[in-house]
Amino acid sequence: MHELGIAESALAMVLTQARKAGASRVEQIVIRVGALSGVDPEALRFAFTAILPGTAAADAILQIDPVPAVAYCPDCQHDFALEDNFFMECPTCGRPNAVLKTGRELDLMRIEVT
Amino acid sequence: MPKKKTVPRRAKAAPASGVILVDVREPDDAPPAPPGDAVPGMTRAIDLGVRLLDQNDRQAAANRALLHERGIRTLNFVSSPGAGKTTLLERTLAALAGEVRCAVLVGDLETDNDARRLRREGVPVAQITTGGTCHLDAAMVARGLAALPLEGVRLLFVENVGNLVCPASFDLGENRRITLLSCTEGEDKPLKYPPIFTSAHAVILNKIDVAAALGFDRAAATANLRHMAPHAPIFELSARTGEGFDAWLAYLRALL
Repeated sequence: MHELGIAESALAMVLTQARKAGASRVEQIVIRVGALSGVDPEALRFAFTAILPGTAAADAILQIDPVPAVAYCPDCQHDFALEDNFFMECPTCGRPNAVLKTGRELDLMRIEVT
Repeated sequence: MPKKKTVPRRAKAAPASGVILVDVREPDDAPPAPPGDAVPGMTRAIDLGVRLLDQNDRQAAANRALLHERGIRTLNFVSSPGAGKTTLLERTLAALAGEVRCAVLVGDLETDNDARRLRREGVPVAQITTGGTCHLDAAMVARGLAALPLEGVRLLFVENVGNLVCPASFDLGENRRITLLSCTEGEDKPLKYPPIFTSAHAVILNKIDVAAALGFDRAAATANLRHMAPHAPIFELSARTGEGFDAWLAYLRALL
């Protein structure tokens, strides 16, 4: 359950940014979670419900945008999606040289404030 | 008017050059006014695009720089509880004794049992008691490093909290992440816990001495490991008997 600590640091960033903008309320929080970030979106959402009450973001809508895992094979020079499984071998050539392009994201993208 | 009040806020005493410095920046905690075009009650979007683990990643970079400066190579050992991290380190420390100076940081929720097991002459060991936190983070490692005598150390082993999920998200400042799978677990563990295996630099398949008795399919397990981490060398060994240990020790020596 490291999602709670991650939610806490996200909320601290949200409240700091809202205060810097002179806002009194946070209406929406948009977070991006990669499929290989090691963070479970539902656990993150649950953690937020535990820590938002009593803050300027108490009524904020939490939007979690999933980012699929995509790898690039330098031998075949193409991207491939890691869909049902996370096999990192290139599906075309089978060689082990692919590098992950997206999937490790764990970002606070945007907030909406009033 | 008393002279003191004519001096602006945060004015500094005149330095030797005779220049008076006046710092008029707002204190960090002062909320600035909303922008002029802000309409009360209307929603504004603020684009941020910051990493949630930014603070951890900065500390990890600082750890990495400090360790690099001291000429220390660092390995972060991750696995489920009971996969054999401590036994692997016991045998590794014994094999490298007198040859390579090592140090160990051990993370657990409670107890210093592992640190006691790993204590050897000439090997500094620090136990990081997380008190419930399910992983080590870069700040914990920084505190552990501050407590360790690092003179002459070439290899630092960080034994993470036994957990196949959370430690995958936290860079500690290591040079190599070593993920262990043991033959007492299922062959498909790598498929069930992708991040910790895809992010590994090398993988150890431990407890091969009991694989046959357990009906553990080593070929299936290594095939699964190759799917998830095709770039990572796989060391099949037994930390208990020492079988397969030479290749692992050669890997460590090649890091120096």
